[in-house]
Amino acid sequence: MKTIKDINTTITPQPLVDDKFTKSGGLWQDTFKRLKKNNIAVFGAIIIGILFFCAIFAPFLAPHDPENGILKDRQQPPSEKYLLGTDSQGRDVLSRIIHGAGISVQIGVISVGIALLFGTTLGVLSGYYGRWIDVGIMRLVDIMLAFPTILLALAIVTILGPSLKNAMIAVGIVNIPRFARIVRASVLSVKETEYVEASKAIGCTDVQIIFRHVLPNCLAPIIVQATLTIGTAILEAAGLSFLGLGAQPPMPEWGAMLADSRGYLRQAPWSVMYPGLAIMLTVLGFNLLGDGLRDALDPRLKE
Amino acid sequence: MSGFILEVKNLIKYFPITKGIISKPVGAVKAVDDISFSINKGETLGLVGESGCGKSTTGRCILRLLEPTSGQILFNGQDIAKLDSLKMRLLRKDIQIIFQDPYASLNPRLTVGDMIAEPLRNFGIGTRKTQEKRVQELLEIVGLSPYHTSRYPHEFSGGQRQRIGIARALSVNPKLIVCDEPVSALDVSIQAQVINLLKDLQKEFSLTLLFIAHDLSVVKHISNRVAVMYLGRIVELADYKNLYREPMHPYSQALFSAIPIPNPRLKKNRILLEGDVPSPINPPSGCNFHTRCPQAIEICRHQKPVLKEHKTKHLVSCHNLNFQQRRCTGTD
Repeated sequence: MKTIKDINTTITPQPLVDDKFTKSGGLWQDTFKRLKKNNIAVFGAIIIGILFFCAIFAPFLAPHDPENGILKDRQQPPSEKYLLGTDSQGRDVLSRIIHGAGISVQIGVISVGIALLFGTTLGVLSGYYGRWIDVGIMRLVDIMLAFPTILLALAIVTILGPSLKNAMIAVGIVNIPRFARIVRASVLSVKETEYVEASKAIGCTDVQIIFRHVLPNCLAPIIVQATLTIGTAILEAAGLSFLGLGAQPPMPEWGAMLADSRGYLRQAPWSVMYPGLAIMLTVLGFNLLGDGLRDALDPRLKE
Repeated sequence: MSGFILEVKNLIKYFPITKGIISKPVGAVKAVDDISFSINKGETLGLVGESGCGKSTTGRCILRLLEPTSGQILFNGQDIAKLDSLKMRLLRKDIQIIFQDPYASLNPRLTVGDMIAEPLRNFGIGTRKTQEKRVQELLEIVGLSPYHTSRYPHEFSGGQRQRIGIARALSVNPKLIVCDEPVSALDVSIQAQVINLLKDLQKEFSLTLLFIAHDLSVVKHISNRVAVMYLGRIVELADYKNLYREPMHPYSQALFSAIPIPNPRLKKNRILLEGDVPSPINPPSGCNFHTRCPQAIEICRHQKPVLKEHKTKHLVSCHNLNFQQRRCTGTD
């Protein structure tokens, strides 16, 4: 007994020895550092950066009017005046692509926002409360997952009526199950941690536990999923627009541009190729960044 | 009523084992199997036993972090086990817990200040200003500095984290603190610091502690009375002096004979138990220690022994205590 007391170096405040070196920031700074080292992810981020730049400054960047073409200049091949050529109505493809960037960003953000909001809510309810709530929600999610996404989106747009707004809603709904599943899985694992138990012991209500202790610790997989889903959402919305159920002409939406010009694939391949390329690059950008984020947020990959 | 702050009566916690999609119960892990004990105001009750014997489960049932299967938990005469969730939430102010793993029990996304202030906010104690002051006070009490409030847990060492945990538990002035192996994840030198901190705090704030541990010397240092658990039951409960000097239950004897003595010349009679701890899913009939007990007799196989007072304030649950005396007189 005495010996233990002797070892004790009293309870005076101990200054942290490594005061100067503990500056290495939290999870987010570390993640950002790791992300910067990943060249492929940086490439993805650059593509997305360009996309956002175009979206914001479209009116200043676009050399021509995206919606009203000059008919006598229709189906012009790429030239100095029209860098990426013109479509069948004489509209500059480059200007339309630049203006389309804003629409794509909108589609990505709004539809993923919808999916995120409802998916997270369902996932938290099902993961945190478990039992029959979990069983109910997850079976619903299973049913939704059983439909091919584009088919389900088609059905929803058909019910709501074709417009860009409804296409976004449809794409959002279609992506809810993925978020619900991922959020549920991470809530399940965070729920069992000691700090959640501790928060119960200090008298937190369920709402406080969910918002202060559970959700902040589930953010990493949610962010990765959101980034990856923006890519697919843009693709799905383009698909709907291509089928005439999304953006209505003359809106310069990339999928709609493909649909408009697909009849002239032989005469004016540029008017089909470049919007397609824009979709591909955008989706690629989000996928690369998403993959990079996943690697950067995974603590097991710490050097 | 009486000097007891906490009385546990016939506490049982079974974890059901379910099978198939309809969750048909096929058995139960009998983690805590009918235990009773009480803690006096201001004392420290040590709870020892090997891994998986139900120590932590007992602690968690007392806080209702786990719902007890049956039994009474009387805190100041009020049965906790029957409180609804709202009343229980309010009562949590009086009972706090310090967790085993300081790396897992602190939310990595909250600053130390927020963490320690959280219980105060939850119970609406004080204004923002007084809460901040209280946090700084608490940090000093547990031996950290007030400027640590804006830091995150990952910037601290294990011992410092445990101090944060202690500060958080103390913030609401609890009457009873359940210490769930608070030092087993720490280095030995840090262990001593934290243990002595707990002792000092106990004196200063007249706390009652339920100290769960598997380190017998730590328990000896801090406890007034010690309960020994084996496979979900208490086998012996006594004053620490009596228990450490002359354990009566054969399991306690084996357990205490295993404490290393820092003297290489001293030869010790170690009682080695044979076999493993039986599964708590299917514990042995009768006394659940009879499969490994060196002095088991016929009755041990059929009848559960009861925790009885064999000497003053020395409770043992064994059918064959006379064996000990007989053996001693025999060798004489």
